Amino acid sequence: MTNPAGNVRRPRWLMPFGALAVLFFIATQYIALANSEPDRDMGHLQKIMYVHVPTAWIAMIAFAVVFGASLLYLWKRDIKYDLTAAAAAEAGVMLTALTLALGSIWGRSTWGVWWTWDPRLTTTAILLMIYAGYLALRSFTDDEDRRARWSATVGVLGFLNVPIVYMSVQWWRSIHQVQSTSDTVDGSYALGLRLNAFSVLFLFVFFVSIRYYIARLERDRSLLLEERALGREVTRV
Amino acid sequence: MSELSRIRAVVWKDLTAERRTKANFNAVVFLAALILLLFGFALGPDADALRNVAGGVLWLTVLFSGVLSFNRAYEQELEDGAFEMLLLYPGDRRSIYLGKLVANLAFVILVELVLIPAATLLYDLPVWDVVLPLSLVMLLGTFGFVTLGTFYAAMASRLRAREVLLPLLLFPMLIPLLIAAVQATSGILTGDAMNQAGDWMKLLAVYDIVFFIGALFAFEYVIED
Repeated sequence: MTNPAGNVRRPRWLMPFGALAVLFFIATQYIALANSEPDRDMGHLQKIMYVHVPTAWIAMIAFAVVFGASLLYLWKRDIKYDLTAAAAAEAGVMLTALTLALGSIWGRSTWGVWWTWDPRLTTTAILLMIYAGYLALRSFTDDEDRRARWSATVGVLGFLNVPIVYMSVQWWRSIHQVQSTSDTVDGSYALGLRLNAFSVLFLFVFFVSIRYYIARLERDRSLLLEERALGREVTRV
Repeated sequence: MSELSRIRAVVWKDLTAERRTKANFNAVVFLAALILLLFGFALGPDADALRNVAGGVLWLTVLFSGVLSFNRAYEQELEDGAFEMLLLYPGDRRSIYLGKLVANLAFVILVELVLIPAATLLYDLPVWDVVLPLSLVMLLGTFGFVTLGTFYAAMASRLRAREVLLPLLLFPMLIPLLIAAVQATSGILTGDAMNQAGDWMKLLAVYDIVFFIGALFAFEYVIED
């Protein structure tokens, strides 16, 4: 066993980092909202972009983390990679759901509909389903080693599908606005958008870290209970 | 025993078990025909409208009826610890996956051989002029479907919630395949005016190759215990 029970400590930096991440998020909202004029066509509605776009970006990072950690688990067989992948998948599912909710609100006000079959929106919805399946598989698999191996393969195959899903939906239909670049976005918008991308990234790192820590505690608890049930001496490191 | 003869042994074993009962095949074929009828009732009696959506109906019927057969390929192994015995045999375990893949492929293709004529009659499809391209699309789509179905069923069949978990894992992964297969099929059935069926078939081929290699490598991690 690579990680004996009883030695899980909360990293000292975790809570201060979380507090800073939340404060930074509040500050970037203020900077983003105060610094930009209403959009010519969309007015203040455009400001949904400051959270809608960063949550979509960071969700993709989350699924890339699931992919990387899953590969590392299959290679090294260390449970910490499995727990990292699971934590990132949970945060990623939450961020994709948030992206869809915010996109729906934005779409209702600018395109007049809650949902359109546009490539990026549709790809996001499919990703939500793929990783919801990943989490469902985890919750139904009781054996730790089996859960780690199985969900790692699902995490790898799921990520391989992302470019194929995107390409197929793109061919199928396209009405989403063309991706903005720094040339098409006003400078005041770009600043708010970039700051927000970092603030969502910090919140993501915080969520994944705390979820990882909780998963370690849960694992520890079940290991200790198991040892006690077997009548073994419980040693704390 | 060479790799090839191991694969052949697994295929023979699975198909023989299927052939001797036939209960499962008959049930799946009748269910597939029933789904075709249900779509007809749901989408209305307008013959032209039905012909336009026939590609989508056909593929959803394949998916919904085929998904029922994948878990069964492992379930019959789980009784009396047959799967453990299978794992104990020497040699590469990939041949187990490949054997199950070929057996499932044969099963689903047999279902389709009943399903497509039934759809042709029910939906009045111009199949005779396009037998070759249509067969190619059916083969490409079915191969990708069975590749991932066989892989995910290796996990789902050993869990409590197998009936709901397999489609939950499998269908989101199949969405690109469904889009490409339906577009290609509809294109072929309606004369392919946009000349796009070929591009969709290429996408199907890429999908098949990516997930065949992926599932082949991932399978060993799934059946380790």
